[in-house]
Amino acid sequence: MAEKKIIVVGGGLSGLMATIKAVERGVKVDLFSLVPVKRSHSCCAQGGINAALDTKGEGDSTWEHFDDTIYGGDFLANQPPVKNMCDAAPGLIYTMDRMGVMFSRTPEGRLDLRLFGGVKKRRTVFAGATTGQQLLYACDEQVRKWEDAGMVKKYEGWEFLSAVIDDQGVCRGIIAQDLATMEIRAFVADAVLLATGGAGMIYGKSTNSVINTGSAASAVYQQGVYYANGEFVQIHPTAMPGDDKNRLMSESARGEGGRIWTYKDGKPWYFLEEWYPAYGNLVPRDIAARAIFKVCVEMGLGVDGENKVYLDLTHKDPEFLDNRLGGIIEIYEKFHGDDPRKVPMKIFPSVHYFMGGIHVDWNHQTCIPGLFASGECDYMYHGANRLGANSLLSALYSGTVAGPAMVDYIEGLSKSSKDVDKKHFERELKRQQEWHDKILKMNGYENPYKLHEEMGDIMTENVTVVRYNDRLKATDEKLQELIQRWHKINIEDTSSWGNQAVMFTKQLWNMLQLARVITLGALNRNESRGAHYKPEFPERDDENWLKTTKAKYTPDGPVFEYEEVDTSLIKPRPRKYDVDKEATMND
Amino acid sequence: MTREYIHLKIKRQDNPDSAPYWEEFKVPYKPNMNVVSVLMEIRKNPVNANGQKTTPVVWECNCLEEVCGACSMRINGVPRQACSALIDKIDKSPIILEPLSKFPVIRDLQIDRQIMFDYLKKVKAWVNVDGSWDLGPGPLFPEKTRQWAYQLSRCMTCGCCLESCPNYNEKSAFIGPQALNQVRLFNAHPIGKMDKEKRLDAIMGPGGITECGNAQNCAKACPKEIPLTVSIADLNKQTVLYGLKRWLYK
Ligand SMILES: Cc1cc2nc3c(=O)[nH]c(=O)nc-3n(C[C@H](O)[C@H](O)[C@H](O)COP(=O)(O)OP(=O)(O)OC[C@H]3O[C@@H](n4cnc5c(N)ncnc54)[C@H](O)[C@@H]3O)c2cc1C
Repeated sequence: MAEKKIIVVGGGLSGLMATIKAVERGVKVDLFSLVPVKRSHSCCAQGGINAALDTKGEGDSTWEHFDDTIYGGDFLANQPPVKNMCDAAPGLIYTMDRMGVMFSRTPEGRLDLRLFGGVKKRRTVFAGATTGQQLLYACDEQVRKWEDAGMVKKYEGWEFLSAVIDDQGVCRGIIAQDLATMEIRAFVADAVLLATGGAGMIYGKSTNSVINTGSAASAVYQQGVYYANGEFVQIHPTAMPGDDKNRLMSESARGEGGRIWTYKDGKPWYFLEEWYPAYGNLVPRDIAARAIFKVCVEMGLGVDGENKVYLDLTHKDPEFLDNRLGGIIEIYEKFHGDDPRKVPMKIFPSVHYFMGGIHVDWNHQTCIPGLFASGECDYMYHGANRLGANSLLSALYSGTVAGPAMVDYIEGLSKSSKDVDKKHFERELKRQQEWHDKILKMNGYENPYKLHEEMGDIMTENVTVVRYNDRLKATDEKLQELIQRWHKINIEDTSSWGNQAVMFTKQLWNMLQLARVITLGALNRNESRGAHYKPEFPERDDENWLKTTKAKYTPDGPVFEYEEVDTSLIKPRPRKYDVDKEATMND
Repeated sequence: MTREYIHLKIKRQDNPDSAPYWEEFKVPYKPNMNVVSVLMEIRKNPVNANGQKTTPVVWECNCLEEVCGACSMRINGVPRQACSALIDKIDKSPIILEPLSKFPVIRDLQIDRQIMFDYLKKVKAWVNVDGSWDLGPGPLFPEKTRQWAYQLSRCMTCGCCLESCPNYNEKSAFIGPQALNQVRLFNAHPIGKMDKEKRLDAIMGPGGITECGNAQNCAKACPKEIPLTVSIADLNKQTVLYGLKRWLYK
């Protein structure tokens, strides 16, 4: 039989881990990425990664990690995969440590831990405040080793455009485009993994890297894959608003003792500590973001009358701060100018993370056989709200599941993709070439970057912290208008070399489709759960809405189905952070 | 410096084989902009300073917080990250943007830095773990050592050190400070150490450590303030010791 091959699209933490796992099973991998994989968005992660290592003698356990994650996610996540992830976490961290991640240490040279939001025990391993960068580099180095050994071939500077699906509905490869030469090509593979990350660009400005458009996920959604829980978008409470992006000030700042406050009646008011005595500044992100929103927007008590509150570290020892939080202090100093060791930082919530994503089964396979998804672009581990430092974990862990699952899948294949009729590849290649040529000829009057800004503004305005049905409806109408106007774009750049405008215009189309999934998913869900909050429906409604949203593409817009959530391990209970978790267990 | 508009002069190039040319832009000033956000404004309205329609400028950027290493370019002659180049802190006008000069241009300010990754392969910049399976806790590692090694591990392969190094150019095979620094990093790790000799072998041949002319520009150019010259000095010691050993036990 012909040699089997796997394609991994995405060289962030998840794609790299899946690559390592597949290669260790003896299968060659072609690895695609927009950017050299070392520059993937995972490098932005600051605060840390969770694993119940209990090196601080607090009696932590993987079960408690599991329970915190399910409770923090307002019971929307399927429980067995989350439990498996929490159980695997310590071993994964040990592996990353052996690979050379410069994790911060205890005085005896063991892995140190710090506190994060929504939990009571120190469970977060960290490398200063650049944990994602350090983890990404370690995986990048291991993959380079495999590249050197001839097991991995990298296609960096290539963009995934679509999956090749044969007449039996099986994924047989991909269509990708070289971002310099603009060549569009079909690639054959027996299994394909999308590990293409989040979609912050749908909101214009977010804490994400600017390559995080969600375009790849949207492309396969438009090819028939379900997009799940799109309406669950995490708004991080503490970011530094900027002109080009919102720069995150990690939750670890509060984990290490940072306090949130603003002035009320001329005196500092620590509103999180007052409202949530049990967790204080370390309530989960949805709760903290809503509180800051309320203080600024509803009560008008933002600092200097603006939409900002203080994140204060000035009471901490500067040397301690440099060692534990150097990475973010540097960012704030460089981009803002003030020294957070001396002056409280000014922050406001920002779009940050996508709990929703490509719908997959517990082996990370989509409804299209042979097409898998892992990392931030899947929907699996965080329910309605992700706990801090759990997504580096889910990115890595899902890679460890998807890699071997793909190998198992191809071992069971009766027909290699190499033997599949070439017409399937030619058909999809032709479709993508025509799409490209059409865009290259667009000579209307709209500018794609301005349309993008309009989309980002309306999404940020209406589909973030507080959601109202009339505004969601209006947002979807606006999105449909933008889709119409997309056809009137003037491409300005008709070059057939390194043309970023054409690529962006394609991504914009895909972003608009996903924006509708997010908005309509939110409109439909008449309850409040985790990051999805509607004042008109302030309560969680398990009877009607303890369900996974599944959006399916049609040319007339998404249609929605709903699926039961597996709550077989922990019975859903009310979620409250003004009291200890134990107090909610008897409700 | 207060301005009404931001005046940019950009060295452009349509493709690797075409000749470079200069084009100027005037972008309305807003407070708190950086070079990236000014380039973003040009994309929204691709018109040059003469009022003529032009193509949007091509450049690389990604994280916008100086951790990914993508947006390196020469700004007023200095290699640095465009995201952290704040307009309000640049006194000169026009602001001159050029691609890094030591790498092939792809288009405009976008360059091809593949060679830096190839050099990481050459020096075996990885810990040679047996596999990614769980073998229990890794070796103990003193926090004191970890702190300086962590500094070295923050290299984002941005290319500023190579751009500023007089010994790194088309005529020399010098692998440069970034790759050397990684050798020191991996030679400090308790498991990485086990392949110390292989890495030292790799930097003792042509293009290796002896090509460094000690100009010390690299450490100054590094946006992450990695003590590159200290790394090179330390590797000098390591290679001398190892050379001696290799000679004695031949
Ligand atoms: C500022 C910030 C700080 C964070 N801090 C933390 C933290 O402390 N702890 C934590 O747990 N989580 C944190 N997160 C979240 C976490 O970083 C991400 O969820 C995680 O890194 C995602 O990894 P990934 O592998 O799924 O995707 P990514 O790292 O985003 O990688 C995506 C990959 O896909 C490629 N790609 C995308 N589209 C295409 C395409 N069409 N064609 C080809 N390639 C494509 C990209 O090139 C890239 O290689 C943070 C996030 C942000 C924004």
